[in-house]
Amino acid sequence: MIEQFLGHSAYFFIVILLLIGMYGMLFKKNLIKKLIGMNILQSSIILFYVVSAYKWNATVPVLDPRLGEPIPMQYINPLPHTLMLTAIVVSVATTGVALALIVVLYKRYHTLDEDELLERMK
Amino acid sequence: MLLVYAATELPMRGSIDAPCNVDSSLTGTPGASTYYIRNAQKEMNTPNMVTAILADYRGYDTLGETTVIFCAGIVVFLILRKLKDGKKI
Amino acid sequence: MVKKSSSIIVGIVSRAIVPFIQLFALYVIVHGHSSPGGGFQGGALLGASILLLRLTVGREGSELVFPERMGTPMSGFGVFIYAFVGVAAMIGGGVYLNYAFLPIGGMQPAELRSLGILLVETGVGIGVMATMIVIFDDIAKGNFHD
Repeated sequence: MIEQFLGHSAYFFIVILLLIGMYGMLFKKNLIKKLIGMNILQSSIILFYVVSAYKWNATVPVLDPRLGEPIPMQYINPLPHTLMLTAIVVSVATTGVALALIVVLYKRYHTLDEDELLERMK
Repeated sequence: MLLVYAATELPMRGSIDAPCNVDSSLTGTPGASTYYIRNAQKEMNTPNMVTAILADYRGYDTLGETTVIFCAGIVVFLILRKLKDGKKI
Repeated sequence: MVKKSSSIIVGIVSRAIVPFIQLFALYVIVHGHSSPGGGFQGGALLGASILLLRLTVGREGSELVFPERMGTPMSGFGVFIYAFVGVAAMIGGGVYLNYAFLPIGGMQPAELRSLGILLVETGVGIGVMATMIVIFDDIAKGNFHD
């Protein structure tokens, strides 16, 4: 039971992080806070992939000549790391575009509150 | 709650026989990651497997992704272009 | 919105530290073959060094290092390097982005692939650096108080 809990504790942490991000995206009224919630959610997904790449008693995916011929048990899984490297850079790009849109909205309406924005857009 | 319940069914952290770490999947197709680990040094002369996968095995992926950030730069430029003179949008 | 730092210490220290950040970024890009690193990380470091100058030295000083109008062309140039390496492999007789067919004589396919990875990472680094600077510049545009 204890071992079961410890083996999955990383997943529970990620679930909590995902729920925090989703709460921020859904229930906060300020657009900047929504953006922060989106970033937290992306971080939780990235952490999930990185956790799934882990193997016990394995080293980083950089080849070590002392270990001889590479055996897959000795190196952690390099594929999720690669995919998440891509995802991080895409998240930077989406954050940049979202910030630009927020700047334009603020210049036009002088508020970032969601209800007020919808009211003024009518 | 549902997510926590789902998380208990996932493989243990760090287990070697998790589905993404094994040699061949349930249907018998060969797994990608073990192939990369075995052959990265031989085919690429590159000890860092993450770089080898990123730039060579999955080169199209990285090309599209570089294009994505280029497009993001262009979009930010186009959205905020009119703010230069302090004009009203 | 963006204000130049008025403290002398911050200005001098950041000016002194920027070359070392850039040197480390080049190391990360070039040494990405055998240690953790690569184009994205090195490009982010290069961009961060120039953003540090933008924030501390002010606009006029940092324009000398990286002019603002060069941002978008440099970003496009990075993507162009990447695509051109793929086309060069096609000229050498392979499929797109297969670096073993780069038209350079006297090298083993494994070494050619290694070289191709280096070229591609350089392109990615330039693209990421320029894009980060472009995003910052455009958001801060019209809001500088030097």
